[in-house]
Parts: sequence; C-alpha cells; structure tokens
Amino acid sequence: MALINYSSKEINCKIVYYGPGLGGKTTNIKYIYSKVNPENRGKLMSLDTELDRTLFFDFLPVDLGTVKGFSVHFHLYTVPGQVYYNASRKLILKGVDGLIFVADSQIERFEDNIDSMENLNDNLIEYNKKFEEIPLAIQYNKRDLPNIVSLNELEDALNPRGVFFCEGVACEGVGVFEPLKEVSKRVLRKLR
Amino acid sequence: MPDDREASFEREFQAIKESLEELCRETKAVSVLLIDKAGQLITSAGNVSSLDIPSFATLSAADFAATSNLADLIGEHDFSTLFHQGVQKSIYVSLIADKVILAVIFTRETTLGLVRIKVKKTAEKLSGLFEKIFEVLESEYSGAVDDDFISEAETELDSLFE
Repeated sequence: MALINYSSKEINCKIVYYGPGLGGKTTNIKYIYSKVNPENRGKLMSLDTELDRTLFFDFLPVDLGTVKGFSVHFHLYTVPGQVYYNASRKLILKGVDGLIFVADSQIERFEDNIDSMENLNDNLIEYNKKFEEIPLAIQYNKRDLPNIVSLNELEDALNPRGVFFCEGVACEGVGVFEPLKEVSKRVLRKLR
Repeated sequence: MPDDREASFEREFQAIKESLEELCRETKAVSVLLIDKAGQLITSAGNVSSLDIPSFATLSAADFAATSNLADLIGEHDFSTLFHQGVQKSIYVSLIADKVILAVIFTRETTLGLVRIKVKKTAEKLSGLFEKIFEVLESEYSGAVDDDFISEAETELDSLFE
C-alpha cells in the first residue's frame, strides 16, 4: 500500500507497468522521463541484460510536488516481460498501488497478452492481493503497425473488468500519459 | 488523524530517528537508511546529501527481495543480513521485524564487526517501536487524505503529465 509518512509529510505510491515482453513498457517510461519537467523527476534507472531487455526492472521516481503540506511521490516501475523472468516480475509487484498493462496490439502477440494478464493475476494472488481492488489501466500499444488486432477483440480478451483503456503508440508518446494519469488519480483516491 | 494518535506516532518516529543517529555515530558510518520492503525510504541519519536516495532505496529493497528468493531456493527462510564490500565504502543491510530494511553505508574508518554488533543492538530496539508504529499506520491509514487533497492533487497531476 502507499506509504504515508506523517512525520516527514510524504506520500509514496508505487505504479508498475506490466505486460508481455517487447510490448513497450520501457518505451512508456522513457517517454515519461523525456517529457516530465526535470525538477519533478529523478534518475531513470534500468537494469538491463546485455541485449537491452529489461532484466530486473526500470525505475523512475516522479514528484508531484507538495499538496496540502504532503509531498507526493510516484515511483514508476516496469517489470521484465519475458516469461522466464517471473521471479523478478513477482518481486516488483510487492507493495504495488497501481498497474498499467501495456498490451502489444500485433496479431502474433495476441496470446502473449492474455498469458501476461493471467500471470499478473496469479502473481497478485500470491501476495494475497485482489486483482479487482488494484487501480488498473490498459494501454493497447503499437496501434500504428499494420498487422494489429481490432480494439474490440483486445477489449473482449483483456478487459473484462471494463477498466480505463486507450490506444497507444508509446514511441511517439501517444496514449502514454492518459493511463498514467488515470491510475495515479485512482491510487490517490484510494488513500481517502 | 486524532491528535493523541498523531502525538504517539511522532513519539515513536522520533525514537526511531534517534536510534538511527546513535547507530550512525557509534559505528562512524557515513549514513544509515531505513527502507520499507517496497523500496521507499522511511527515514535516514548521517550524510545522505550525495546519495541518490530513491535509487538506493529501490535497489536495496530489490536486492533484499532477490536474495530472499535465493534463500528460498536452498531451503532457507531468509538471509537476514547482506554485506556488500567495496574498496572505499561498504554496505551492510539487515532486515528488521521482518518488514523494514536497515542499510548502513560505512567506510574503512570502521569495521564490519563493529557495524554488525551495533546493528544487532539497534534492530532489537527498533523491532518494538515498529510494532507500535505499524499499528498506528494501519489504523489511521484511511482518512488521512480528504476531498480537498484529492482535488488539489488531481490538478497537479493534470499539469505534471500534460
């Protein structure tokens, strides 16, 4: 859960980007890094393999500033998407407050999206977290590519909860901030 | 949060801070950091001005989580302490009350043995305090943020993520 530190008047929220490998999670976070005012963000940290795939996680701290005397921080993480990195993926979910699922719209990745969503559910169960209770938004990424699944099909397969979704082209920044804003707001509302 | 509960929370928190400062002084450490298992800094003592705290806190928590899983693979419950030795600086990390990570950054001015003994003493002191503080945190968690806060925070979010 988000940590409210009454003494130092800080609120820290952890938001995790989840989804299949090579779906664009790191691209999302890199775009955010490039666009957010440098005064409001820390260093972007990436723990990559030599092949530039996320090994452990990417991490970007973003400061919202001071609200009613509390300084509010969002810690953005991405998980490694590859199936065989589940151990580290599970670790990153510890203490998660909000989730952004980055789906890969390409036809050949359709099943991978479903597997990843199921894997997310399974991993949350292991932390005794209820999937439905965690603020979630979905970004259907790579909408600029020619060989993509229709939005309706993706929605049917991945969004039975009917959570916020948007179409994205993360490398161009399309649909990057919308899900982040949505989830951040819902995480803060949950503090009430 | 009701005033008396807030006062109690402040008292425990102050006691924790004092314990960390004492540990830092006695071990001549550069700094001492208290981090939750999700990678967020709770508080610190000593000199942290040159340290990238969010990155340090995140990596310490990830480090601990990864080694806990390694422990599991060989049939251990946890590795309660970790030690990373450098040429100039080293880090000694210890798990307290199964919930909080205590990291001590120290130079060659002190020894691992001394750090180990003093951390153990501090850990015992902190464990009791943490039980109280977590009770307060959990019971007062809801209601800490009101409607005004939410609407102001949402406006800030809109302008930050434009």
